[in-house]
Amino acid sequence: MKLWKRLLCTARRRSPWIFHMNSGSCNGCDIELIAALTPRYDAEQLGVLLQGSPRHADILCVTGPVTHTSAPAVHTVYEQVCGPKAVVAIGSCPASTNVFIDSRVIVGPLSKHLPVDVFVPGCPPRPDAIVRGIATAANLLAERSDHPAKADPLAVCSVNAEEVKS
Amino acid sequence: MNLLIALARFLIFPGLLFAVPAAWMVLWLERKAVALLQQRIGPPFGQPFFDFIKLLAKDTPPRSGVNGMLMRTWPLIAVAASLGAVGLLPVLPTHGGFEGDLILLLALMELPAICLIIAGFSSRSLFGEIGSAREAVLLVSYNLVFLMAVVSIAVAQHSFRLEALAAAPLNAWRYLGLLAILLCLPAKLHVNPFSLPNAEQEIYSGPMTEYAGFELALWQLSHGLEWIAGVGLVAALAVPASAYVWLDVVSILFVGFILVLALSLIAAATARLAIDTTVRFYWQCTLVFAVAAISSALFMRLRS
Repeated sequence: MKLWKRLLCTARRRSPWIFHMNSGSCNGCDIELIAALTPRYDAEQLGVLLQGSPRHADILCVTGPVTHTSAPAVHTVYEQVCGPKAVVAIGSCPASTNVFIDSRVIVGPLSKHLPVDVFVPGCPPRPDAIVRGIATAANLLAERSDHPAKADPLAVCSVNAEEVKS
Repeated sequence: MNLLIALARFLIFPGLLFAVPAAWMVLWLERKAVALLQQRIGPPFGQPFFDFIKLLAKDTPPRSGVNGMLMRTWPLIAVAASLGAVGLLPVLPTHGGFEGDLILLLALMELPAICLIIAGFSSRSLFGEIGSAREAVLLVSYNLVFLMAVVSIAVAQHSFRLEALAAAPLNAWRYLGLLAILLCLPAKLHVNPFSLPNAEQEIYSGPMTEYAGFELALWQLSHGLEWIAGVGLVAALAVPASAYVWLDVVSILFVGFILVLALSLIAAATARLAIDTTVRFYWQCTLVFAVAAISSALFMRLRS
């Protein structure tokens, strides 16, 4: 039983499948998310696969400030992802609605609607930061399968310029 | 004793105990080869195994009634059928035991594809239905060539028994038939020029769109086992029987490895064809191979 639990932890950490959800983003973060999967950053090294169906995903990657039109879709897609699941908010928009703050068509930020696990700030964030955010979410999933209460629900992932240069 | 040998073939080699790790290995090899060809590093070793474990422990959406029961049953039937097909492969010469023939092997190899079609329709998803329709059209187009090629191999040796076919001396006609089977394998395994049913940029995951958790894990396993069955059939028929059993097994594994790499190369180098182009490819271009193979085999038989 203990062996199975340990195996499950490893499996959850090493196989994060993501689903990409755009909730009214300007397409900047979406481009960076795709860049994280291309040969230069190659997120598949960590077992990350972009899935077409939310039913197959473990991690829901949301970009955009959650517009009035997209809010029901965000809820539907979150319900469609099968548990255990994690939510990664990519970019500054889902974290704070960014420059769209006080707009009457925005019902964000995302944390009003979904329990966000990892924030990846930036406008747009670098692909390495996105990859790190996904890896953090995968670690959270693994920790939760061990001790459901222990895991820290909020994490902020960013890669600063010095770290990239070195 | 016969029963023991038959059980050992189904449970140990080339059946369950060998085939399931080999299926994960082949799935990994394919992803890794495609990644290397795209100048990526690719998934770490054993990635499909971790995917399988993770999917086993994921929740499935609540499904009720007959439809929910069916959705749980199709992947099970697919895995069982493809495991049976792998267990029948003529890798080891058996003295007694259960001797399957080519017709049973073909039926078991077709069953996962048919399960996939029904599964897509029973998931009641729009994308699943489109994917199933595509899979059905694909099945009709490549199976004509595939079955003719297999029949040509059988006719040339006067036998449908797998053991006899694997042990028979090789000739040029068999290679013609094997070439026709090889042309059908990319469509059978849904790799790139013919990845129509699971075209992820068009219809998400096709028939599997609604499947989650352990059902999806079983679909993946069945896909890996289909790889083993398809590649294993070609490898077992292409490698001439030698005096040593271990030499046969090693050379079959080697040929299978090369075939998987070649299919991955094709997958990485090509783009997806449209459905009408695919049907035309199989019914016009590839059919020539199959007709040549079957007519030459018949000619051989009439002459002898």
